[in-house]
Amino acid sequence: MGMKIADFVYELKEGLAISFQAIRANKMRSILTTLGIVIGIVSVTLMGTAIEGLNRGFNDNISKLGADVLYVGKWPWFTGADWWKYRNRKDVKYQQYEAVQRHATLIKSLTPICWTQGVVKYKNTSSEGVLTLGANDQYLETSGINMDLGRFFNQAEADGGRPVCVIGSEVADNLFPNETPLGKTIRIGTSTFRVIGVVEKQGSFLGLESLDNRIVIPIESFFRRFGANRGIQINVKAVDIKNLDDTKEELRGILRKARHVSPKAEDDFAINQQEMFIQTFNAIGVVVAGIGLFITALSLFVGAIGIMNIMFVSVTERTKEIGIRKAIGARRGTILLQFLIESASLSLIGGIIGIIISYPLSLLINQVLPTSMPISVVAVAILISIIVGVVSGFLPANRASKLDPVEALRYE
Amino acid sequence: MNVINIKNISKTYVMGTEAVHALHDVTIQIDRGEYVAIMGPSGSGKSTLMNILGCLDTPSTGLYEFNGVNVSEMNDNELAKIRNKEIGFVFQTFNLIPRSDALHNVELPLIYGGINANERKRLAAESLQHVNLGDRMHHRPNELSGGQRQRVAIARALVTKPSIILADEPTGNLDTKTGDEIMLLLEELHHNGNTIILVTHEEYIAEHANRIIRIRDGAVERDEIVEKRVIPAAAATV
Repeated sequence: MGMKIADFVYELKEGLAISFQAIRANKMRSILTTLGIVIGIVSVTLMGTAIEGLNRGFNDNISKLGADVLYVGKWPWFTGADWWKYRNRKDVKYQQYEAVQRHATLIKSLTPICWTQGVVKYKNTSSEGVLTLGANDQYLETSGINMDLGRFFNQAEADGGRPVCVIGSEVADNLFPNETPLGKTIRIGTSTFRVIGVVEKQGSFLGLESLDNRIVIPIESFFRRFGANRGIQINVKAVDIKNLDDTKEELRGILRKARHVSPKAEDDFAINQQEMFIQTFNAIGVVVAGIGLFITALSLFVGAIGIMNIMFVSVTERTKEIGIRKAIGARRGTILLQFLIESASLSLIGGIIGIIISYPLSLLINQVLPTSMPISVVAVAILISIIVGVVSGFLPANRASKLDPVEALRYE
Repeated sequence: MNVINIKNISKTYVMGTEAVHALHDVTIQIDRGEYVAIMGPSGSGKSTLMNILGCLDTPSTGLYEFNGVNVSEMNDNELAKIRNKEIGFVFQTFNLIPRSDALHNVELPLIYGGINANERKRLAAESLQHVNLGDRMHHRPNELSGGQRQRVAIARALVTKPSIILADEPTGNLDTKTGDEIMLLLEELHHNGNTIILVTHEEYIAEHANRIIRIRDGAVERDEIVEKRVIPAAAATV
């Protein structure tokens, strides 16, 4: 059938005009009909926005862990149900750090870490809940962070257990709102430390814990003032990210020996890495996306049924009109197109209402996650609503197009 | 030359288990420029004949040639094209699109015929002026009187310059005076060279035509030339 492009364009325009007339003539009915689509589109856009936000937030945070850094400790990061098993493990001790330092060949830098939380004071100002870390001079490199002011402590200061400290930006802001912290003496518990540097601002980790409300002191000083007999964590930066697995194996061997793990027993320590976070996060992402998809599909399905229903009503109501149009030359395709346009427009209106509702809600999500409604999600939402409209309109439109003109003209 | 050439057509409907012979072996020829009335009581088969003549329906058997082209075996879309280009319908109940104004109603066949917007508007306006509705173009059907609505329908029928105008009881829903006005308008169209087929059951309406084909029980009962027609003075002057 030779249908010219021009014909199609005229029929398309006519179809659009008819459908807007029809929708305007039944405003309330049309709006109610689109409710399912509205809910579906709200859920698809919000889910898209939330996933985008989770990803972006996660990527920002996870990079702080460093892809080439291994974290050795008693606890694996994701314990599952075996809490008691890990709880009863022996602590990782400083001697084991020394063993790693002595024997490991595939590492670039490493530091032992131990920590305590408490009040920090400068003159009459105090700051609570500050995490004090004991580390060595390689802490800066293994953590991948930079100094904002001053300097980090050097090896001599670290080994000598000097009373010096490097503070986070939040601590600096709290204790020294109007002056430079450098050279000042602060009190951690009952001990005094001289501030020699401030670490640049790092933000929080997964929105849970501020990385700036921290103080780093030489681990020797930490042991002397807060007690030596405590568990530590060892942060190890691999010599090359490509050989991360080799580094891990080497580390494992050294630790098993140092901790006297018998050959057949499983490790009684954990070597954690960024990868574990990524895997866990991806698993969560799949669940979130799955739930979102289910809600979206369900409401779009309900919406589609609603549109199909109302389109059947519309076709029946306008049987006579269809007859008239056919009598004066509308082809089957013309009528089909007209009703498909109408159902697609209905659905699109629902989609647009959905997007309008989603936008302020996405701003709410933005309070929790670093996100904005991505334009791609908006485009997908519009596309989905058009497709739903066309699919759900097909049966009614097809029925309309196949009406016998004689019967249709006779319909009252 | 024949516009319409119907040979031995029959139309049979199946109603439940019974076959109803609406038309039986009907043969009619209509020439270009004729004004023919098809008459018959209700149930005579004249509506079925009109539907077939108007290409809204196809005969069960027999041949229907329209302008020399066999339309009796055309498919839906081909018939739609014939209806669009060659046939102008005027119905008893006007059959305008209620939500569209007069101009758009008249434009509609041109839209389906693929005529561009400027040309369309020009032709539609011209056609409405022709039926003296130049000042009502943007009125919707419900803002027009019955006579005006029927004139919009006539403008719509004329706008594609069809080969025939098929008027089905065009005065059936109008009072006598308005009905006469419409008959005058058809008269005038005939004078201007249009071929008109008028379907009616009223003798005095049928008498406007030059030829009356009487249908009874699905067959042509009589096919006669109207000898003495009184042409109303008004029609002769336009």
